[in-house]
Amino acid sequence: MMKKAAFWLALALFIGQAGLAIFATPEAWGHSLSVFGTHLKFDLMVDSLSRAMLLCISMVLSISLLVGRYDISGEEHRFNFVNLLLIMLSGMDGVVMTTDIFSLFVFMEVTTVTSLILVALKKNNEALEAAFKYMVLSVVATILMFSAIALLLLVSGSTSFSIVQAALETSKHNFLIMFAIGIFLCGLFIKAGLMPFHAWLPDAHSAAPAAVSILLSGVQIKVLGAYTIIRLITSIFGYTSSVTYILMLVGTISIIFGALGALGQRDFKRMLAYSSISNMGYIVLGFGCGTTLGMAGAVFHLFNHAVFKSLLFLNAAAVESQTGIRDMNKMGGLASRMPLTGITSVLASLSGAGIPPLAGFWSKLIIILALWMAGYHGYALIAIAGSILTLAYFLSMQRRVFFGKLNEEFAYIKEAEFGFSLAAVILATVIVGVGLCFPLLLNTFLLPIGNIFGG
Amino acid sequence: MAVNTFILITLILAGLWTVMTRSLLRSAIGLALTSAILSILMFRLDSPLAGVFELSVCTGLISVLFISTISLTHPLTHEEILKHMKERLARFKYLPFCVVAAGIAISFIKIKIDWSLPAAAAEKDARLILWNLRQLDLLGQIIILLAGVFGVVILFKEVKKNE
Repeated sequence: MMKKAAFWLALALFIGQAGLAIFATPEAWGHSLSVFGTHLKFDLMVDSLSRAMLLCISMVLSISLLVGRYDISGEEHRFNFVNLLLIMLSGMDGVVMTTDIFSLFVFMEVTTVTSLILVALKKNNEALEAAFKYMVLSVVATILMFSAIALLLLVSGSTSFSIVQAALETSKHNFLIMFAIGIFLCGLFIKAGLMPFHAWLPDAHSAAPAAVSILLSGVQIKVLGAYTIIRLITSIFGYTSSVTYILMLVGTISIIFGALGALGQRDFKRMLAYSSISNMGYIVLGFGCGTTLGMAGAVFHLFNHAVFKSLLFLNAAAVESQTGIRDMNKMGGLASRMPLTGITSVLASLSGAGIPPLAGFWSKLIIILALWMAGYHGYALIAIAGSILTLAYFLSMQRRVFFGKLNEEFAYIKEAEFGFSLAAVILATVIVGVGLCFPLLLNTFLLPIGNIFGG
Repeated sequence: MAVNTFILITLILAGLWTVMTRSLLRSAIGLALTSAILSILMFRLDSPLAGVFELSVCTGLISVLFISTISLTHPLTHEEILKHMKERLARFKYLPFCVVAAGIAISFIKIKIDWSLPAAAAEKDARLILWNLRQLDLLGQIIILLAGVFGVVILFKEVKKNE
């Protein structure tokens, strides 16, 4: 009884958080949140960016929970999965609401430890190997970030965002400070799975259960990587020429090589994992150009990627649950047997490739426009080239999996379980709805996010 | 200074023993020992708060977590341990040369670097820091430990039961 109730309680919690993120006014959030009066006082802050992240977190966790109900077998395992999701929620919420660099690190570790367990959840060799790789690289990232925090603490005597930022203003050209910022960024690049720090990502995303892949690609790499990079640069490190150069370089490499990596894959989920690397590149590139428009585009793409990638992982899970395989070369014509999965995957792919009027088109357009207007014409052209590559690998995936001649082996398969279909329809509606309502969202939601950075 | 240097060398030796020892259990004990030595160093360098944390969390809780996990795993045979040992040593055979080469290369680079940093702030009252200033971190660390224990139970206990 309690185990069944846990699912609904968790779902209610996630939906409640999404409701708060959308409907609570900035005044309601206030500048700082103190919990339980004076006895347990946590200084938390929720601004427009945090609200966008809280919405992403709750949305992706809800989808993951729905999928997990069908994807993870055994009541005991499902109960464990729900508990892990709740721990992960506390970690990710902590990351997006804290105003202290050490607290940020602690909550990143909460999320990392939970992700590690979730990746290994299947307990087969592939999952354990992926979890081990992830653990090793995570430890490297942890060491880098922890050392950086120690150096920043030495300089400022505090770990609060505002105090560290004020202290860095006076010691900007100190070698150790530059070193601290450099290694902190490297740690975050590992967490974000950006190239060339991505070795753990394709293994972890493909070896984990579908519900976990949705979680990792949909929100975990964004909270631990993209959001933290954005928050730390805007609140502490500040834009310098070297930071901009590093971000744009890593972003560009990730876009191109992530897309090329995706083109060469046969495994459905592995292809999507490489696609995530490429899309993380877009987010970092948009943010790296340092303008209000670029930052709004980056955060919008972060949200859009969370939606369409969750949907694609969901489609991959639906296909795997019905066919038992992930090798795209052995599939074909599945849209005729699984029409809903086929249609939603087309929508997600087109959104990912930046085809109008779907949501992904607008975020890519904003990023490319921002790059062009900031004078980074070369980077804008690379982003366009990356978008063409994205279209190529998504079309290739569609042709191999959903269209063409139906493989006789799969002549009698049916549409996936109701939970998969429901989640797919919700996500596809978000993709179309956000795309069509873009003019409304631009002034009310997106540009205010860009403005909080004062770019 | 000499005592601190001696402790630092002991710390490195304990760390090396931890990563090079054949037995997983000894490795976990080595980790606890390394953490304990690090705690002593922290106390001597006027950072009692960091020392207390290192001692309680790393030496105590983490080691207990490691040892309980190891007790749930399947131990290697003597032959397997020897094989792993050989492979591990083979991986590190070029390390001394790399370290020496890197040292020589660094000694040739003559860049003027500003290494100076302000002196560390004086230690405040540990109780004040823990219970008044760092409540959120404490909560986060408790969640990490819970997640760790939960992970051990989920990933290892069932395997043991099946065996």
